Amino acid sequence: MNKGLVSVLAAALLLGQAHAQEKVTLTVAVFPSLDSSIKAILPAWQKKYPNVTINMQAQQYADHHNAMTTALATGQGLPDVMAIEVGYVAKFAEGQGLEDLNKAPYSAAASKKLFTPFTIAQATSSDGRFIAMPTDIGPGTFFYRKDVLDKAGVNPVNMQRSWESYIAAGKTIKAKTGAYLVNTAASVYGIIIRTNLKSGEGIYFDKSNNLLVGPDNARFVRAFTLSKQIRDAGLDAKVGEWTNEWYDAFKKGTVATQFSGAWLQGALQNWMAPETKGLWRVQNLPERSFASWGGTFYGIPSKAKNKQWAWEFIKFMTLNQSSQIAAFEDNGAFPALVAAQKNKVFSDPVDFLGGQKARVLWRDAAAKTQPIDVNKYDSVADQIVQTELTNVLEKGKDIKQALSDARAQILRRAR
Amino acid sequence: MSHRLPAPARARLSYARLQQRFAPYVFVSPFFLLFLVFGLFPLLFSLFLAFHLWSPLDGLGNWKFVGFENFALALDRQDQFWTTLKNTVWIGLLAGVPQHLVALPLAFLIHQSLRRYQSTLSTVLFLPYITNAVAIAIVFATLYSERLGLLNYVRGLVGLDPVRWLGDPGMVPYSVAAVVFWRYLGWNVVLYLSGLQAISEDVYEAATVDGAGKWQQFWYITLPLLRPMMFYAFTLTIVGNMQLFEEPFMLLNDGGGSGGAGLTTAMHIFNTAFRDLDMGYASAMSWLLFLAIFALSMVNNVLFSRGGER
Repeated sequence: MNKGLVSVLAAALLLGQAHAQEKVTLTVAVFPSLDSSIKAILPAWQKKYPNVTINMQAQQYADHHNAMTTALATGQGLPDVMAIEVGYVAKFAEGQGLEDLNKAPYSAAASKKLFTPFTIAQATSSDGRFIAMPTDIGPGTFFYRKDVLDKAGVNPVNMQRSWESYIAAGKTIKAKTGAYLVNTAASVYGIIIRTNLKSGEGIYFDKSNNLLVGPDNARFVRAFTLSKQIRDAGLDAKVGEWTNEWYDAFKKGTVATQFSGAWLQGALQNWMAPETKGLWRVQNLPERSFASWGGTFYGIPSKAKNKQWAWEFIKFMTLNQSSQIAAFEDNGAFPALVAAQKNKVFSDPVDFLGGQKARVLWRDAAAKTQPIDVNKYDSVADQIVQTELTNVLEKGKDIKQALSDARAQILRRAR
Repeated sequence: MSHRLPAPARARLSYARLQQRFAPYVFVSPFFLLFLVFGLFPLLFSLFLAFHLWSPLDGLGNWKFVGFENFALALDRQDQFWTTLKNTVWIGLLAGVPQHLVALPLAFLIHQSLRRYQSTLSTVLFLPYITNAVAIAIVFATLYSERLGLLNYVRGLVGLDPVRWLGDPGMVPYSVAAVVFWRYLGWNVVLYLSGLQAISEDVYEAATVDGAGKWQQFWYITLPLLRPMMFYAFTLTIVGNMQLFEEPFMLLNDGGGSGGAGLTTAMHIFNTAFRDLDMGYASAMSWLLFLAIFALSMVNNVLFSRGGER
């Protein structure tokens, strides 16, 4: 036998063995309930890559992002794969600590087309780097209690037509059933400022970093005005999200409608109000507007030790249809992967929603959601505007005054 | 000092000699090392950052010098820093003043009349101080719940309207202050009890012989002799309440509740640093908060040193 061929064969054999035996531990930093999605997929991963152990480090939402911020600042203690929630993805994109997935060896350009479009924009920095792959999204919908609306004789389609008709229906509901229209007036404000944005416009800033908040911005004036109308008419229960009162309102049907991401259905069914099964329905947001609530991404720190396996893991989680479906079935994480949305489970009726084929509606809403430009000062602006909204609702502050005060405060901070 | 004979240097640097000379430094070094790493370095780093614009995501080294801009920003009347400082002082007063007004007489009462139960009472009163903040937050959030809470249930029994304890911006400071009061009352009682125990019994006996009543004893003997302990307890309260973070954060989340009425300066600094990622501005505010605490402690110092021994 040719000596050269033998040595090549031997080398190949050795290499193959070395590859098979090479034990890799991949550190994946996540937050709940993403850890649950990963656990659902782990068996399939272990079967395919038995030599790669996943070391999952799960911390609470805020703790996780604080830890990741510190790790990125110092370059120490970074995981191989970093989960990033939509609230942080813009800030992390502006930093320099994550790999640009547009570049080789990742070359994610081809994969980008496979996702719901607006998520790609969220994970792209202003200088065009693509820092994280989307895994789940939160299509925005309008949940309502069918029993309460029926009792009040209100047609849900009418509530969808315009915000004015939504409020008018709320008055009927309150008069006929005593139920409140919405948990808090501030949640209506929250949707109006997030919908009907022009191209190149973000919620608080436009593409060229100009601040949009102010007494002359129709979107903010309308959001404040309608919130105030709801509060003045006594239509909101003045109940914050994630409070005992909120869960109680769901259970007792004291609040007729709720705007939220599609994931709310899973939460209602699993723990918030399982006994209300069949009483809820969903429809699109008023005025044919579309918005997204939440979303999760995976990025690779530039200083990660196992970038190659990290990328394999991310692809497995995000580009693999069965992984995406497994996560969806486990905890309602709505797939960002368009192909996964075409799976037959999406046309199944949802028992909790009285057999409504709601997933089709959510899929449609996700496709129609426009990308929103994000800014690193969004969190600063958000807090300042929210405080001014409370001044309007609770202390009767003049709307124009509140908006111009908010504008002045944000301008000083956004340097 | 004895004059040493010139000897070869090598002989002098024997292991025994080295050990003798440097061992003490090695033994005390852990404190200094820890202090350097976890005390002095962060202090100096935050002072450095206070003059820079820096997001941690830009990585070390990518900071921009801005001079006093961060301080000017915080000191502007329109800035949230002032609102949060006002919130902090207001909640601090609401919690701190009643704390001492109750703790001092309570400690006196326990010391004088309930001495048999002293250790039991101290333990009971001290319990809130060592209770986990998360547990406290859950219990109080349940008590304060507007429609399902015990407080409003009791109000309902006597025909009063429910109060939005954590929803009404005007109510939030009181609700937070009540938790702080409850939590640190025991701590102050224990401080005062230890102060009272240091006062000699002879003084009280002499006063009793002279016909002084309990009230007179409290006013003319206990209070003056407790001055040093009161000074200490007041200082701790001022420092603690100005840095108030845990209780409002647990009850109201990072936004500080409705309209930010429970947003303290420490929470605002935390948000600015870790949510808005503006480390320079957060550092500048930390130093301003330090100056505010220093000034208030000095005021306390002056008030206590005026007319009387300390």
